[in-house]
Amino acid sequence: MREITYRQALNEALAEELERDPDVFLMGEEVAEYNGAYKVSQGLLERFGPRRIIDTPISENGFAGLGVGAAMVGLRPIIEFMTFSFSLVAFDQVVNNAPNMFTMSGGQFNIPITFRGPNGPAHQLGATHSHATEPLYANSPGLKICTPATPRDAKGLLKTAVRDNNPVLVLEAELLYSSKGMVEPPDEELLIPLGRAEVKREGSDVSIICYAQTVRLALATAAKLEEEDISAEIVDLRSIKPLDEKAIFDSVAKTHRVVIVEQDRPFCGVGAEVCYRIQKNVFDELDAPILRVSQEDVPMPYNERLEKAVLPNADKLIAAVKKVCYA
Amino acid sequence: MQSVEQRDEVEMLSLMLLIRRFEERASQQYQAQKIGGFCHLYIGQEAVVAGAIAAVRDDDYVITAYRDHAHALARGTSADACMAELFGKEAGCSRGLGGSMHFFNRQNHMYGGHAIVGAHVPLAVGLAFAIKYRGEDRVTLCFFGDGAINQGSFHEALNLAALFKLPIVFICENNLFAMGTSVKRSTSLKQIVDRAEGYDIPGEIVDGMNFREVRDKIAEIVHSIRKEPHPAFVEIRTYRYRGHSMSDPASYRTKQELEKYRLDDPITRLRAQLTREGKLTNEQFDQIDKHAKETVLASVKFAEKSPELPLDKLYDYTYANGAKP
Repeated sequence: MREITYRQALNEALAEELERDPDVFLMGEEVAEYNGAYKVSQGLLERFGPRRIIDTPISENGFAGLGVGAAMVGLRPIIEFMTFSFSLVAFDQVVNNAPNMFTMSGGQFNIPITFRGPNGPAHQLGATHSHATEPLYANSPGLKICTPATPRDAKGLLKTAVRDNNPVLVLEAELLYSSKGMVEPPDEELLIPLGRAEVKREGSDVSIICYAQTVRLALATAAKLEEEDISAEIVDLRSIKPLDEKAIFDSVAKTHRVVIVEQDRPFCGVGAEVCYRIQKNVFDELDAPILRVSQEDVPMPYNERLEKAVLPNADKLIAAVKKVCYA
Repeated sequence: MQSVEQRDEVEMLSLMLLIRRFEERASQQYQAQKIGGFCHLYIGQEAVVAGAIAAVRDDDYVITAYRDHAHALARGTSADACMAELFGKEAGCSRGLGGSMHFFNRQNHMYGGHAIVGAHVPLAVGLAFAIKYRGEDRVTLCFFGDGAINQGSFHEALNLAALFKLPIVFICENNLFAMGTSVKRSTSLKQIVDRAEGYDIPGEIVDGMNFREVRDKIAEIVHSIRKEPHPAFVEIRTYRYRGHSMSDPASYRTKQELEKYRLDDPITRLRAQLTREGKLTNEQFDQIDKHAKETVLASVKFAEKSPELPLDKLYDYTYANGAKP
């Protein structure tokens, strides 16, 4: 194992899959000559050439659709959205064409495509650039969605996504690109299956269910809670769809108390689905109502203080944990 | 592989008749409530798809919008599979999961059947991208209506195709109406073909009621593309005799206008050309038409007795299994 950044991990995943499979290509805005808006594709043009690392005009609907078409005849496109906030311009391609094709064609055309890029609020980007799109896409059958929170998960999940025979969204996070973590050496194949959560920290008093940017928050908060003798178990979903129900239920059976901390909004958010499934399947395991910490239900304000107030934070999470623990 | 020159004109006339008789029967079955959802008929436009298909190889890619029965038939999908699809049956060309607007035939390179106006034009560009990526000499034929040309996806797709020099023919089937809105009321252009110029794509206007003109013009374009990949655009002027869909009485146009086009019917025209040249007798024509009617009638019987997809297979077509090793 060695320590690398989340950005480097994604870069390695891309390079390894491009190297392994000639049907894989990377397309998006600024991915080639600019080396990526967030430098995730750094050096790939030089290594793989313009046939496989392809800059596009600002036409998200156009190049997302191009990717879906190319996937119909067996290529395996990796389509980068500079941010998933821009994927909304291509919503029709991502939601109507990519996941519906397999059904509509009676199973004749599967779409092995990866859509990837940063997702979720970053820092003072305002309402249009701060979308956490996972609940929008999770409502579309046919899509798979993963949300890596660590460099290791970023590499392993992206590689799995590229090989999957279905459209997969790899929702990265701008705020995580420079974060570091331990990852297997490059000569060791790292594939992390979709639909498998990971307990990032063992605990016994409360389950904090989190994903993407909230994993870091949950881990930091767990350390603070430890000082108050509350032992928190951190369950990182890693994939939103498929959802690892077993890992969630196992943790609930262990702690009997649940707080879900999510980066999206409360209304029809990811936490609402997780919450529903827990009460439906393991209701008797619960010793307290489930609480959710999410964004506030407002368009993201630019003002820094207001933005902080909208986002989940340690204070909100600690308050929720104490409430479910009756502490 | 069948070369373009060898495609027999009588055979293509048979195809046009099959399309017409299929659509007439579909209309009847729709009214009998055997077919659900939306149903858009191709009657009047037969020479467009027949001419285009006659100009390409069987391994070229074809993709179209929701008025797609004819394209599937032209690509060798059986009338049985097409009718069964309309009936929602498992033997349908999309297992009854797609319906009228979503006909697919992977084996014969028919890539749909797409119902969101303009949304398949980027897909077509993706098909053409794959051709160039793999260094093949195939061509993509992308059909769409005059309504599609004002959709953003169409513009993005044309720009990408031109930028990447992709082997694709954009075929605008201009039947003068986007549903009930005439081209005049929807499009700020003197003629549709001028759209192409904005993307530095060569464009042509073709008489869509004339099979030979469609075939020859597209053959010429395809020949040029095979030599050196590039996009091209054709505005094919045609007319649909029926409304936009089965529920549209088409009251936005006059009877005189319709009659004018019916007098210029593409099937009658090709028939007359072939008869004049001694390539087709009246008896032969009647025989072909009889065969088309019988084929279509048989397809209704086939569709009626075909089973539906069992309910326990409901979840089998949402995700493809496995991963590429």
